[in-house]
Amino acid sequence: MYAYTEYDQQLLTERVAQYRNQTQRYLDGKLNDEEFLALRLQNGLYIQRHAPMLRVAIPYGMLNSAQVRVLGEIARDYDKGYAHISTRQNIQYNWPDLELVPEILERLASVQMHAIQTSGNCIRNVTTDQFAGVAPDEVADPRPYCEIIRQWSTFHPEFAYLPRKFKIAVNAAESDRAAIRFHDIGVELVRDPQGEIALDIWAGGGLGRTPVVAEKVVANLPPRYLLSYLEAILRVYNRYGRRDNKYKARIKILVKALGVEAFREKVEAEWQHMKDTEMDLPRSEVERMQAQFPAPDYAELADIPPALQQARQEHPGFDAWLKRNCHAHKQAGYQAVTLSLKATAVAPGDITSDELFAVADLADRYSFGEVRSTHNQNLVLADVRQDQLFELWTELKSLGFATANIGCLTDVICCPGGDFCSLANAKSIPIAEQIQRRFDDLDYLYDLGDIDLNISGCMNACGHHHIGNIGILGVDKKGQEFYQISLGGHSGRDARIGKIVGPSFNEEEVADVITQIIDVYVENRIEGESFLATYDRIGMAPFKERVYASKNH
Amino acid sequence: MPRKIIKDRAIVDDSFTVVNSVDEFPRSGDVILDIALWQELAPRLQHRPGKVGVKVPVDVEPEDLVDLLGQVDVIAIEFPVFRDGRGYSLARILRERLGYEGELRACGDVLRDQMFYLQRCGFNSFVTREDRCIEDALNGLHDFSVTYQADALEKRPIYLRR
Repeated sequence: MYAYTEYDQQLLTERVAQYRNQTQRYLDGKLNDEEFLALRLQNGLYIQRHAPMLRVAIPYGMLNSAQVRVLGEIARDYDKGYAHISTRQNIQYNWPDLELVPEILERLASVQMHAIQTSGNCIRNVTTDQFAGVAPDEVADPRPYCEIIRQWSTFHPEFAYLPRKFKIAVNAAESDRAAIRFHDIGVELVRDPQGEIALDIWAGGGLGRTPVVAEKVVANLPPRYLLSYLEAILRVYNRYGRRDNKYKARIKILVKALGVEAFREKVEAEWQHMKDTEMDLPRSEVERMQAQFPAPDYAELADIPPALQQARQEHPGFDAWLKRNCHAHKQAGYQAVTLSLKATAVAPGDITSDELFAVADLADRYSFGEVRSTHNQNLVLADVRQDQLFELWTELKSLGFATANIGCLTDVICCPGGDFCSLANAKSIPIAEQIQRRFDDLDYLYDLGDIDLNISGCMNACGHHHIGNIGILGVDKKGQEFYQISLGGHSGRDARIGKIVGPSFNEEEVADVITQIIDVYVENRIEGESFLATYDRIGMAPFKERVYASKNH
Repeated sequence: MPRKIIKDRAIVDDSFTVVNSVDEFPRSGDVILDIALWQELAPRLQHRPGKVGVKVPVDVEPEDLVDLLGQVDVIAIEFPVFRDGRGYSLARILRERLGYEGELRACGDVLRDQMFYLQRCGFNSFVTREDRCIEDALNGLHDFSVTYQADALEKRPIYLRR
């Protein structure tokens, strides 16, 4: 993964000093709340329900084991012994003291980490496929491009005070695991008609109050224009995005208001002044970045060794885990392994400091010392030898990371919700737990197959409820917590937004309603058909009828 | 007593007076006028002693400023609130596209913690908020020694400077 040069490190050192000074001036009363707000948010520091929350950047989800250990130490020394993986591949601490944040930043900087631009109205951490570089279905490794974008967006002087936050995701694979169509900008690596790597750029996607699927702004853009094109889009947004209403301030509203053609015209007009200048990315820079992500020192191995086959037959639990939690790998004899942070009764995405230490050790022993975070709030060891999978599974089981539910109904994406977040209308973690308890039969879960269940505690949609095959949204009705259910959302290539079933339900009803929805699927599915495919075929009506049947009687 | 401003990385006396209406117009001395007022008075200003600047809002179209670029000594971009980032783009377009080389001044809600970015976007003078310490604001120009991107001061991104 990318190793800092001297100047990257210098920048972090200067950042720590800058933020320490800002914090001190705030504590001395020289910065007012509003002024400090903008500054602390650009450093990922929120004031939450119980205490501040600090969001630390994990650039495009990549971590080395030394970084994971420091993340564990911070959880132990500055928090209540745990941290939370966010839906944008970052990691959050819910209990740090505002006064101690500069000290935390200093610890982070010692392992090339930071909290720069993890919140605020600026360009946020760039995200990508958790299987980048190892996925068999990718046209190229997206991470060099992610790092180029990371550097370009870090302390960009023109775009620190945008109308609203700005999220960029990059995908290079056949199946879009980065949900790029729901980002302010989605960058997709493709092969152009000549077979060269090129970029499709999408803009104006997003979730929140107004979920929108992005529009393609340009196709087959040569990679040397990556930064000039991004800069042109950002400049158009910075100048013309609405600033009068924060709920209308995202780029999706601008793209909708102008229409994609007029938006593209404005971008292209801006871009004419930027292309073919010093902003062009030289091939040498792309190559330098590519050299930062070399294939690890793989052993020459055959796929599916006999011992693995034997272990699968002898241990049905291992077999199930292999099917659900392991992912195909480019390199023969290797697999990518997802560590499930979705065990029942643990808040989705939460991880303790001891668990972080254990993950760091596993990474060193099984996966070339690297770990990835996923937007589904799990962790990945991307380069595990197939002949070590059984051993790893045994260790993961004792650590509680082997819940074989990746992609299943219980692999819930969930925001921190009303238990922690001051924006939330309703709790979300207890809803996830309710559903996980209801669907505790793994065989039944496997029979149901892939189902994305996403829960958000409010309209801001941090739990991505719009794009869950089943989405749950917490709403407030006269001070009571209620839950609105939607069906049919999808985050991949045929991205779309779920439709609301009908009036919302109270907390006690949610698990029953989900059960009824699943029953309708099971009764109607044709052999091998996924939940989404069944929904597409039979439509909303049968689901709606069932979940409101008892209410109408 | 003249107001203190930051110009070219130093604290100096501001020679300019901001004039909001014809009635306030001083006989001599340097003046900054709102763009509407400037348009009204431009022909008469040519023979007046003293320098002239215009003050523009952050949402002005830079193309509308092309005609005045050669005629004024200062363009002052007024930030209604420090969180309004439009002035940063406007400044870069004036410097990098339209080739404006005169004084580019940030006024309005201008604070220490935005100074570094403002400078990189091409501002070379700053009227910092009166209730804040100007010496401290000056420090804000030196927050970082490393920058990744091209900007109004440095055309080359870091990978061309290495």
